[in-house]
Amino acid sequence: MSEPVLSIEELRVALPSWSDRELAVDGVSLSIRRNEILCVVGESGSGKSVMAKAVLGLLPAPHVRVTGGRIVFEGQDLVGASEDQMRAVRGERISMIFQEPMVALNPLMKVGRQIDEVFQIHTDFTAQQRHDRVVDLFADVHLPEPDRIVGSYPHELSGGQRQRVMIAMALALEPSLIIADEPTTALDVTTQAQILTLMKELQGKHGTAVLFITHDFGVVAEIADRVVVMRQGRLVEAGDTQALLRAPQQDYTRALVAAVPSLHPRHAVNEEPPAPVLQLKGLVKTYGGRASLFGGHSRTVRAVREVSLEVPRGHSLALVGESGSGKSTLARCVVGLESPDGGQILLDGEDIAGLTRKQLKPYRHLVQMVFQDPFASLNPRQRVGDIIALGPRLRGVRRDEAWEKARELLGLVGLQPDAASRYPHEFSGGQRQRIGIARALAVEPKLILADEPVSALDVSVQKQVLDLLDELRQRLHLSMLFITHDLRVAAHVCEDIVVMREGEIVERGSTREIFANPRHEYTRQLLDSVPGKQWDH
Amino acid sequence: MRTFWQRFLGNPRVVAGLAWLGLVLLVALFAPLLAPVDPFEIAADPFLKPSAEHPFGTDSLGRSMWAGLVHGSRTTLIIAVVATLASVAFGTAVGAVAGYFGGLVDDVLMRLTEFFQTIPSFIFAIVLVAILAPSATSLVVAIAVVSWPPITRVVRGEVLSVRSREFVQAAVLAGQDDLAILFRQVLPNTLSPLIVTGSLLVATAILIESALSFLGLGAPNLMSWGFMVGAGRSFLRDAWWLVTIPGIAILLTVLSINLVGEGLNDALNPRLADL
Repeated sequence: MSEPVLSIEELRVALPSWSDRELAVDGVSLSIRRNEILCVVGESGSGKSVMAKAVLGLLPAPHVRVTGGRIVFEGQDLVGASEDQMRAVRGERISMIFQEPMVALNPLMKVGRQIDEVFQIHTDFTAQQRHDRVVDLFADVHLPEPDRIVGSYPHELSGGQRQRVMIAMALALEPSLIIADEPTTALDVTTQAQILTLMKELQGKHGTAVLFITHDFGVVAEIADRVVVMRQGRLVEAGDTQALLRAPQQDYTRALVAAVPSLHPRHAVNEEPPAPVLQLKGLVKTYGGRASLFGGHSRTVRAVREVSLEVPRGHSLALVGESGSGKSTLARCVVGLESPDGGQILLDGEDIAGLTRKQLKPYRHLVQMVFQDPFASLNPRQRVGDIIALGPRLRGVRRDEAWEKARELLGLVGLQPDAASRYPHEFSGGQRQRIGIARALAVEPKLILADEPVSALDVSVQKQVLDLLDELRQRLHLSMLFITHDLRVAAHVCEDIVVMREGEIVERGSTREIFANPRHEYTRQLLDSVPGKQWDH
Repeated sequence: MRTFWQRFLGNPRVVAGLAWLGLVLLVALFAPLLAPVDPFEIAADPFLKPSAEHPFGTDSLGRSMWAGLVHGSRTTLIIAVVATLASVAFGTAVGAVAGYFGGLVDDVLMRLTEFFQTIPSFIFAIVLVAILAPSATSLVVAIAVVSWPPITRVVRGEVLSVRSREFVQAAVLAGQDDLAILFRQVLPNTLSPLIVTGSLLVATAILIESALSFLGLGAPNLMSWGFMVGAGRSFLRDAWWLVTIPGIAILLTVLSINLVGEGLNDALNPRLADL
């Protein structure tokens, strides 16, 4: 067994006095060997990112600092190393890949130049040598036409291409350790699959050690050799990927693994589908083309092109697609936040397309929405009770009755009824999403439109919220239109699936059928890209 | 996490600023008790040095500097605060409408705002007072007219960012109408930058008022600090206290407001202050 490249021993990182806990990282020990990918898995607040920053000496001193333990990298203790020593280690021996490449790259500098700069600082290559190395690197990370991309600015590249540039930059000086902090979280599923394959390939080729931070067990199954599970700054469990995923030892790990929705569809459609509660016929929405007061036409984007679909009463339909597929635009048209440019939206048989906001008012209570971001979807200055009671109040219900109803609904979504008199910031993300669901239910809608309702939540909470939505739907005989990029989510709560790409439906059918036998090539690609599919439990 | 009040009052600069502002406020409130005379009345010989009988001396006509300062604090504060309230109200209304409705409304309102911003503000204030004839009301109008554009820009920016948040969409879905959404959902979330900008605006208003009074464009029959500096400026070398004492009063008041405003900003945006 070879010497570890990095070994962390009993690391402790202190948080500032006003935080809710004393230590961000509390006595964590781990080690990574050459040619190994170690995944650190944890939910938000587990201390996984703080630990990575401690290794790089990037903690926001003096508030957050290392108070104990050792970080031994290639025989040198990095705790207490001087800023000069750290600078020599960073970039040259350890490099980092960030979550959001658009933020990590300088938007005003050509990407080739940004890597060129790395060589300029750390090596004595000539300009020609540097240029050749950059082009080689870009070829290595499979960027198309490396010669052309060298001269591109970050905004001219796609998200996946930017992340490839980041990987090229991380590999530039052949470091012995790469720290990747959620490098694929901001990417689409198919792009994520490509980037994971690429990282695995390059890591094998260069024999680099990789510390890979993620919250996603699918990604772990896809890429890790060994896994470390962290919770609230402590190490819960460590082990080989296969063993840990198949037979987790600790309760927390078991709960996390079980919280990943399975790819096996749960709901089957037996009988003839009932009459639709929502029907879209040839829906069209185009953006742009409007001139402003001082000239300048914007580019037109055909976000939704002639889409027709129906949601049968009591059914749950998943609208699956990647970013830019038009699924969110379609949702906004259905709830009346956008006005479609053509086609019909039949709600209980009545066409609501093209109605003004005033005309829409009598139909508002029929469709309600559960939003993606539980932190942006609740007004921070209003009490939870007032937030939930707003809909009923506007429909003429007295304040005390509306509040009584709000308390009832809070109980229904699994919160304490007295939560009504508190403010949103007192709740966690999962609890806020429950409040969002209670608000949607307050006006007794027939259709709930859920726009990526769990993608901003921690893994262990995601499944709880999904199960809650599923249970409420069956108990209250609701219909649901579920917008998601995640096929696992679709498999968990939906009977039917519609796959969208570039504003058009490419495939539709029952969830069972599509998972068992995808007909369209894009659907197959989506299914293949689901991280950790071969591990599925 | 410490509370807003702990962060605000735990800041020594805020405490210093509040102490001076509190003193000025008390003086202004109890002016008739502290100096039960008309500040324009001749009290003694001219150019008396500060003494026990006349704590800040007398000016070129023999008026009591103490009475002038005490009564001047009223004028200065009232004009500055009323002018600020007026410009905050108007600026907020314009900014909120522009940011919320966007499109053509936004274009028109913002071009209008920029039109006012391009005129040098102090010259504009002089012109306004000259046209309206000097009085307390025209001072308020002039100061308000030249100071609303920055408020508009702050409010518009905040409204633009708050409007795009999901809770506003949720209110639309609940069927709330635009005006109610603007007042109940959006504006309450723009309060913190508005409070900070507004509090700093009071300091600017005091400076403009003092400068106008210095030039003799202040309210006639109302004693003010700027007027005192203006009246004493020709005697700077013979009677230093005529200019220096009201000048220091203006300086300390403006400084205190700025300290408190900065403290508000730090307390309302704790992350910026800590890191």
